[in-house]
Amino acid sequence: MLAVLAALLLGGLLIAATDETVRESASYFFARPGDTLTAMWDAASSAYIAMFHGAVYNPDGSGLAGKLYPLTETLTVATPLILAGLGVALAFRTGLFNIGAQGQILIGATLAGYVGFAWQLPVGLHLLVVVVAGALGGAIWGGVVGLIKARTGAHEVILTIMLNYIAINLVSWLLTLSTFQREGSSNPISPPIAETAMFPKLLGDGFRLHWGFVVAIAATVAVAWLLNRSTIGFELRAVGANPRAARTAGISVTKGFVVVMLIAGMLAGLAGTAQIAGTEHSLTVGIAASFGFDAITVALLGRSKPWGTFFAGILYGAFRAGGVTMQTSTGTNIDIVLVVQSLIVLFVALPPLLKLKSRRKEVAA
Amino acid sequence: MSTTTSAPESSNAPQEELSTAAANRTVGVRTFRPAIGLAILALVALILFALNAASGSVEFRLSDSGDAIQLPNLSVPITAYGWVVTVALAALAAFAAVRARSLPRWALILAGFFFVTGFLVWIVGTAQTPSISVTALLAGSVALATPLIFGSLGGLLCERSGVVNIAIEAQLLFGAFSAAVASTVANNVWVGLLAAVIGSMMVSLVLAIFSIKYRVNQVIVGVVLNVLVSGLTGFIFATVLQPNAADFNSPARLPHITIPVLSEIPVIGPVFFDQSIIGYIMYVTVAVVWYALYRTRWGLRTRAVGEHPKAADTLGVSVNALRVRNVLMGGAVAGLGGAFYTLVSVSAFTRDMTSGAGYIALAALIFGRWNPVGALLASLLFGFASNLESILSFLGTSVPSQFLAMLPYIVTILAVAGLVGASRGPAASGEPYVKE
Amino acid sequence: MKLELRDITKKFGGFTANQNVNLTVEPHQIHCLLGENGAGKSTLMNVLYGLYEPTSGSIEIDGKPVTFSGPGDAMAAGIGMVHQHFMLVPVFTVAENVALGNEATKGVGLDLNTTRRKIREISDQYGFQVDPDAIVEDLPVGVQQRVEIIKALVREAEVLILDEPTAVLTPKETDELLNIMRQLRDDGTSIVFISHKLREVKAVSDVITVIRRGKVEGQVGPGTSTDQLAALMVGRDVSLTVDKEPAHAIGSALEVEDLTVVGANGVVLVDNVSFSVAPGEILAVAGVQGNGQTELTEALVGLADHVTGSIKLEGQELAGRGVREVLSAGVGFVPEDRSTEGLVGPFSVSENLVLDRYKDREFASGPSLKLGAMRENAQQAVDSYDIRAGSVDAPVSTLSGGNQQKVVIARELSRPLKLFVASQPTRGVDVGSIEFIHKRIVAERDKGVPVIIVSTELDEVYALADRIAVFFHGKLMGIVPPDTPRETLGRMMAGETAEEVLPPAPGTTAKTITNTRGRTRHERHDHLSGIESGLSTLTGRTESG
Repeated sequence: MLAVLAALLLGGLLIAATDETVRESASYFFARPGDTLTAMWDAASSAYIAMFHGAVYNPDGSGLAGKLYPLTETLTVATPLILAGLGVALAFRTGLFNIGAQGQILIGATLAGYVGFAWQLPVGLHLLVVVVAGALGGAIWGGVVGLIKARTGAHEVILTIMLNYIAINLVSWLLTLSTFQREGSSNPISPPIAETAMFPKLLGDGFRLHWGFVVAIAATVAVAWLLNRSTIGFELRAVGANPRAARTAGISVTKGFVVVMLIAGMLAGLAGTAQIAGTEHSLTVGIAASFGFDAITVALLGRSKPWGTFFAGILYGAFRAGGVTMQTSTGTNIDIVLVVQSLIVLFVALPPLLKLKSRRKEVAA
Repeated sequence: MSTTTSAPESSNAPQEELSTAAANRTVGVRTFRPAIGLAILALVALILFALNAASGSVEFRLSDSGDAIQLPNLSVPITAYGWVVTVALAALAAFAAVRARSLPRWALILAGFFFVTGFLVWIVGTAQTPSISVTALLAGSVALATPLIFGSLGGLLCERSGVVNIAIEAQLLFGAFSAAVASTVANNVWVGLLAAVIGSMMVSLVLAIFSIKYRVNQVIVGVVLNVLVSGLTGFIFATVLQPNAADFNSPARLPHITIPVLSEIPVIGPVFFDQSIIGYIMYVTVAVVWYALYRTRWGLRTRAVGEHPKAADTLGVSVNALRVRNVLMGGAVAGLGGAFYTLVSVSAFTRDMTSGAGYIALAALIFGRWNPVGALLASLLFGFASNLESILSFLGTSVPSQFLAMLPYIVTILAVAGLVGASRGPAASGEPYVKE
Repeated sequence: MKLELRDITKKFGGFTANQNVNLTVEPHQIHCLLGENGAGKSTLMNVLYGLYEPTSGSIEIDGKPVTFSGPGDAMAAGIGMVHQHFMLVPVFTVAENVALGNEATKGVGLDLNTTRRKIREISDQYGFQVDPDAIVEDLPVGVQQRVEIIKALVREAEVLILDEPTAVLTPKETDELLNIMRQLRDDGTSIVFISHKLREVKAVSDVITVIRRGKVEGQVGPGTSTDQLAALMVGRDVSLTVDKEPAHAIGSALEVEDLTVVGANGVVLVDNVSFSVAPGEILAVAGVQGNGQTELTEALVGLADHVTGSIKLEGQELAGRGVREVLSAGVGFVPEDRSTEGLVGPFSVSENLVLDRYKDREFASGPSLKLGAMRENAQQAVDSYDIRAGSVDAPVSTLSGGNQQKVVIARELSRPLKLFVASQPTRGVDVGSIEFIHKRIVAERDKGVPVIIVSTELDEVYALADRIAVFFHGKLMGIVPPDTPRETLGRMMAGETAEEVLPPAPGTTAKTITNTRGRTRHERHDHLSGIESGLSTLTGRTESG
């Protein structure tokens, strides 16, 4: 919490420092310092208030539904973050750095998207097949990493980074093919997926929140069970905590790498599915946005625990959803969200801050 | 009988690996990885370069019309050369299979030469006009490789002393950003260059503080720094630089130096002796880093700290201080690469303008086996690949440009998978050093 | 140079490693620091070398107090140290290793030629035969140790600390080292020799300081009897007695034939080894650390790569199978190093107790773990093995070494076994736990299980063995009866075969020992007399040589 506040504070300073009014008033700072400070406060607070309005509660919304619309937006954005974050967290627990969620999301979305727009299947079944395809796509892209690492000992950080770029190039090439383009167009965007392939809206057509969020909750429950209460999770955690002891106890470390990267990729692939079947409906190169990299920070903030990742995903979802509102209403660039997010992760890891926290606890006790 | 409670010394792991060395009988260890790697290359050569070659031949223009010295064009028959490459690679694969050990350097260089040239002939052969200027191809490669070389050298300085640097991307980007802003505000390009160095060192400082002082995982810090710098520069770019481009984002350009006489030499002249000053700094940096790493006291200590920090510590080398210094120096070097973007190649800063070059630099560092010269060659290869990509899009080839763009990444995966020879990094890389 | 430690106390958290230690090292002396593993010798020397900061107390050189903030200061003051685990950069050459931290330079460049010259000088002076341009990782251990000594001598060390230098050496290499030490002393270097091996200490020391549980127990001369030294070292009369009935071993349960293990670098770690173990028999494997014993156990349980030959357990072939298959075939395995191989530190006691059994029907139904059953199992093990843990849910890393080892033993002995393999079962374990663990192992034998114990501690070998197998450079030197004298075992550990060492006794050859002897009861005093006899021959040999 302290880390979040500190990051928001620094972000606020940055917003204030780059604000036009502030810079104008700063030119006569020594004459009237109050003006500068007021302008700084205005700039930062209005940005954050806009962010809050966009992420949680909008007082100008019509009716309760309208007022709470931002909250549903937050959950919508959080969905892929949670899913991909779980993949990263699970790999972390097995001792692997899965920097490759980006590529896994992309390939998952591609496969899900292809099945979504190219196949005609009955209602229900189509969505199911789309979800499976998305999970499969991610699992392939993640599993390759596990396989190469298990076979050759290559470092997964390098492999995942390289596979991210290969995925981007692969998808942008696919989007030059007529199969993946809309009829009569040569733009790099796929046809929209069939209605039957979309996640139904959770709260009616007025909201973007879709059933993908339920998938994210289910995935969190599943990962929590997998890690803490299943034999596979036992193996994965043992491999992550002490691979030599795991091997001595008859647990195959290399198999663990493959299994965890398959599951991690699958989760990221589901994030890709949530993007294409839930919100975007058409495949583009940018469909993964920066979710794959945000997922790393989400997993880190969630301390690689399933529910921790879930709530970290919602927090970052709020930043992102609020950031959009902030950009449109106060003109503060949405990149500030990236700054705040990464600062949070840095501060969470910063020992002096942890010390401060424990000292406060001591005082309280 | 050994007894009593467990004190710190009882938990030390025995060093059974050390103690068996050389005393026992030894037998040859057989590895077929190089053979498999070469066989795959030979197969690719067979399918693409030999069986799917265009008819006719490819023209390599060794001099352009304006050059003082005119050389005749080199004409290579496409299909025939494809077969030559296939046979050569197959022979090397057979050699590797018979040897069943890792290959000597000359064999790897030979394999690389055949595959790259075979690829070049084949792919230019698919173009509508199969004619290409060697000078333009190489000069462009060097230009595109310049930031990669600085980036990978910066990474090398960190990694050889045991700090993994995933944040090369952040260093390049922040270097480019600082150079653009400082050179515009001060209206002096040298200030810009200095600012790039300092800006990139600031990124290094954060990396050093978190990963060395507070022992936060180095990969995590690197990844987060990349996001942070991308967000920070993107934000300031959108809110300050873009609306006030004249005040903040119109950097001056670094001077371009053409060395008389030498630059007149065909091919080599324009490639090496007709560059921006950063290009010359680059060659000097590679040489200095190589010399310093292998021939100076600092280099010996750096390598020791990267391999076995505790041994260095017991000899009075201050491990963490050395690491901090090296990480900062690495930042300075990477900063020069960042400056290349805004002071040489593009005239202004744009959002995320390094577009992943830091990651390719990291790949080059690994592909170059943590050696300055290796990193230079790997960066040149990657620069060559991306330059070829843009040249071919002019020539109109049937091969999608995306596949060319993928090439460095695929090559790197093959490298880390050990298919092109073992790639052993510094042993203590990524491990924070804790003094008990 | 006279070196004094005054009232040194060093604490690690709540654990006191050294308490009010006083020590004076006079010039021209080999001063031995004698104490058992874990007595606090290495900690004390690390304090002296500037690696640890003392909690209280002071260091004086020639009567003047000094403070060392790091090894650099200690070296500048003339103190050199050869660490138990060598501090050499494996990929560097000898010259680079020696130069590191003390580099000669020519302008900005490194001047390795000066270093090479110095190495040759020292090497010639003491007959080291070290090539300055050899890569360290290619050198045998004995030579690596000389490189360490050269490192200290190049820095003109006046006091040289040798921390357990003989742990990785063969008896012959040990003798050579002792000679080097004498030579160095005669040339004016004071030596602090840290060891827990009585015979070496007596052979070379001028003064002996005995340390026990972090405190100085006394200072004596080299003439002190071995009995007295041992008593000082151990403190009370610990009888490491294991009451054993004679083994009821008939036939053979485990048949190992032509077993060979090759390491990744082509070194043959286990070289064409054949032996068999009968049900209800303990075969103890002796040898200097690193002669293939570890790899033998790893090969037995399927952990080693590049294994050829055959391992048959009750007729069932185990070679080439994975670890899990071997374990579920009824093999219990206690690995050499519990913290890196035996336990998962952050895992709870109850999780560690099922580390290789979590898939059993007892603890899992399908893919789901039975957490309740795991906890019950843990509670039982904690009770019957007297494991002192705050709770069965506490991370195992919070337990003491002895209790951690009991967790491993409890896990492996809690299921029906057909073979029990334990490597260094009591390393770094307190006396009480050692007795307990030994009893459990003997009990397992008495159930009719064939047992293989690997130990570098001869006392443990004598305490448990029904037969003793000796390894040297990966080869089996022979299998001898448990009453074989220490000296004989020592010669086998240095590379002589059983046939060469043992006088041909009528009716018995070295490799066909029957298990028909009477009740074996080993007392510490038997061993000590064994040491004495070994010692006299040893000193005799070294003095004449």
